Amino acid sequence: MGDFVISLWDTLNQDFPVIGILIKVVVIIAPLMLLVAYFTYAERKIIGYMQIRIGPNRVGPRGWLQPIADAVKLMFKEIIIPSGANKVLFMIAPMISITTALAAWAVFPFDDHLILADVNAGLLYILAVASMGVYGILIAGWASNSKYALLSAMRSAAQVVSYEIAMGFALVAVIVAAGSLNLGEIVRAQAGGIWHWYWLPLLPMFVIYFISGVAETNRAPFDVAEGESEIVAGFHVEYSGMAFATFFLAEYANMIMISALAALMFLGGWLSPFQGTMLEAAFAWVPGLVWFFAKACVFAFFYLWLRATFPRYRYDQIMRLGWKVFIPITIVWILVVGAAVVFKLPPWWAA
Amino acid sequence: MKTLVNYIRSLFLLELWQGLSVTGRYMFKRKITVQYPEEKTPISPRFRGLHALRRYPNGEERCIACKLCEAVCPALAITIETEPRADGSRRTTRYDIDLFKCIYCGFCEESCPVDSIVETRFFEYHFENREDSVMTKDKLLAIGDKYEQQLAEDRAAQAPFR
Repeated sequence: MGDFVISLWDTLNQDFPVIGILIKVVVIIAPLMLLVAYFTYAERKIIGYMQIRIGPNRVGPRGWLQPIADAVKLMFKEIIIPSGANKVLFMIAPMISITTALAAWAVFPFDDHLILADVNAGLLYILAVASMGVYGILIAGWASNSKYALLSAMRSAAQVVSYEIAMGFALVAVIVAAGSLNLGEIVRAQAGGIWHWYWLPLLPMFVIYFISGVAETNRAPFDVAEGESEIVAGFHVEYSGMAFATFFLAEYANMIMISALAALMFLGGWLSPFQGTMLEAAFAWVPGLVWFFAKACVFAFFYLWLRATFPRYRYDQIMRLGWKVFIPITIVWILVVGAAVVFKLPPWWAA
Repeated sequence: MKTLVNYIRSLFLLELWQGLSVTGRYMFKRKITVQYPEEKTPISPRFRGLHALRRYPNGEERCIACKLCEAVCPALAITIETEPRADGSRRTTRYDIDLFKCIYCGFCEESCPVDSIVETRFFEYHFENREDSVMTKDKLLAIGDKYEQQLAEDRAAQAPFR
């Protein structure tokens, strides 16, 4: 049976490569969408718990069907297009958002060989695609023909552009340390247990990367783009129904993407944390995908934890943090890492 | 020196970690949510819910149409019309409370010299038609009859403090 399926898969890939790729895409996107749905559930539950509430618990046992109910509700709602809006752009904007959020997943290595497209410059591709996402927000804000939406789009664009620099620099340090732009190579360069992962030698970059990632995805405490106390809901005020849900999906998919990327860059992706210790054999049965997922979940949890803890940054404080703190620190640390790599500084670059 | 300490504190995110540890601790605390339709919080005898008109134990309505409640009502929610009854006593022919106007301040209850208009503990009511928001005399008396025992107990419990 197994052999038959494998041979069928091989012939399918040979004769109809497009169908094979489509199946792979579905295999990545479907669990991702499910993950996004249950990430919203986790968010409501975890933030509820941190506020000594219990969160959603009415739909299904312990509220497990809540995201399904939300999705069904949004699907059946009317999509209202404001009369002054640019209809074409208004509908294209959420599509851009979701496309860029999903396209980035093409190059993620989920395990040693589990990867849809093993691109040489995978990291560059992810950065490029992720930065395209801001077009969705900008176009949505402009096409809505609403002052709140436009204000939010301007804020969001300025914020994403500023933090992209810091984030890019943080990743440059990783590239320098690993000597490759290929995500799989970056993970393999971290082999050798928890002390060899880049979170330790690149600790400042690690922190800056994650904080910039939070700012990139417009999440609390950097969510001035949404700022409900000032500009209602930001760039998606005028959106309803599935068009709104698409933005929502894109935002959460981006959060998971940033978390997964952090796991790949700084926590050794699919590598077991027990490498090089006596526990390595005991945990050899755990597939790399599980380690990768667990590491990404840590960052996803941090997203929610930050949101439950911190008040929103003021706009000028956001800009100050991005330009006057993060960018100088990253530039200095790139020099440090570069020097360490060139002079083969022990313990991490002795080889 | 002080600046240096401040730099180190902010670079190591010291205060942010303190904040995170607070929310982290609260995550494992006992939850205080009340599961409303199944669980309910205790209600005070002074609770001000849906209105009612009470009767004396012999079945005579208490209201003597003094119109103090109408006069004191800050939301002008009460409308009263009066006429002498066949036996010569002064009674209301119309006693309407518009619940859309009512702000549940309890002044009507305070002003009533005969404890006739009262507010019950019952607060889980709804209307299915717009005009149902106006509580007529018949409806108010019916509510009073339904909750008389509870109302009498609450008033007795509060008597020492009034």
